[in-house]
Amino acid sequence: MATAMIDLKRLGDVKAPAGFAERVLARAGVADSYALFETVLGPVYVAWSKLGVSAAMRCQSAAEFEEWFEREVGRMLARVSPPADLAAKIEDQLSGKRRLQFDLRGLTPFSQAVLRKTLEIRRGEVRPYGWIAREIGHPAAVRAVGTALANNPIPYFIPCHRVVRSDGVIGNYGGGGPEAKKQILSLEGVQLARLQKLAQSGYRYEGVRSTKIFCFPTCFHGRRAREESFVFFHDEAEARAAGYRPCKDCRPAVA
Amino acid sequence: MEGTERVFERLVRDHQDRIYALGLALTGNRHDAEEVAQDTFLRAYRALVTYPPDRVRELKQKAWLHRIAVNVVRNRVRGIRPRLVELNGSEPSSASGPEEDVMRRAEIDELAARVACLPARYREAVVLRHVQQLSYAEVADALGQPVGTVKANVHRGLKILRGENHGDGDD
Repeated sequence: MATAMIDLKRLGDVKAPAGFAERVLARAGVADSYALFETVLGPVYVAWSKLGVSAAMRCQSAAEFEEWFEREVGRMLARVSPPADLAAKIEDQLSGKRRLQFDLRGLTPFSQAVLRKTLEIRRGEVRPYGWIAREIGHPAAVRAVGTALANNPIPYFIPCHRVVRSDGVIGNYGGGGPEAKKQILSLEGVQLARLQKLAQSGYRYEGVRSTKIFCFPTCFHGRRAREESFVFFHDEAEARAAGYRPCKDCRPAVA
Repeated sequence: MEGTERVFERLVRDHQDRIYALGLALTGNRHDAEEVAQDTFLRAYRALVTYPPDRVRELKQKAWLHRIAVNVVRNRVRGIRPRLVELNGSEPSSASGPEEDVMRRAEIDELAARVACLPARYREAVVLRHVQQLSYAEVADALGQPVGTVKANVHRGLKILRGENHGDGDD
């Protein structure tokens, strides 16, 4: 009798296996999962929930990433071994072949709107901050757009590097400073030298003579036009006065 | 909402060992134990988010989780049990804790398997009373049975276990 009872009590001293709490929290959707991925940009910590990718950051250590995530996003993190297909999905996302789902819950509705709009900017193109502000219905909130992009929890994935100042200055970049931003944009095929030369001369739009349409200088509709068939404008009024209408794709002005 | 998540995290960290041990004693193997323990906490979470704050605060967590776990085990019908979806590709870790050496682990597993052979009504009573060390009143509450029934079932269950001990000729 006594032996059996003591034995049974030992059965009650068993500990849950390592990582049990994290697995439960991730399954309940309370904690996000994360892992370290080797990408074209180097090693990046990526976190995701059931809704999608929630954060990506180049950090020195897992501890640094966890601390940053809990502060910025406000949820817990559980390190897991990555699902088999996620590395390939991330690779495709960064090379523009695929759209991942994103989980932007911890952010304000304004920040979410800014980031969702940023996702619409194609690879190889750039837009000014004011464009985002106008497109999301807050044309005066240009600075707030800058702040929202600076605090983008998923840089590279949500391409905040494709938003630049309209005076041609590349501007700061949370993902590694202006140099990193220039490097990523060049990698994506943006002709930075041309863009900056135009901006410094005060030209914000380019029109194509044959179509009488004006675009942002990186708009892909202008990609086949020869350089000599472009005409450049300082502002919308000048373009319209010359008989040009705004491109319906890059929307340099309300059509 | 945010508050519930913190409450839940604490609930999991405070009770994970106890509920996992309960799952092991009731199912007799570590794989099922992890499934039962995970399902118990997930059901607890689904309930928690619907509770008003007062109810969450006054919850007797230990008794409540035991009640859920017993029901999870009762609802697992052998054969149609859905396999555990491997969460985020991670295998349920079978790595033992530092204090659990291989010998002890084997002994525990053997004991758990033996307890799992008891008929369900004896097993539940014996495990809650002697593995989980609940009082008879708490066991009765968790099982939804009168105290007298629980006492009788514990007694009969122990008798069967003792009989097997004797039959093996060890101990």
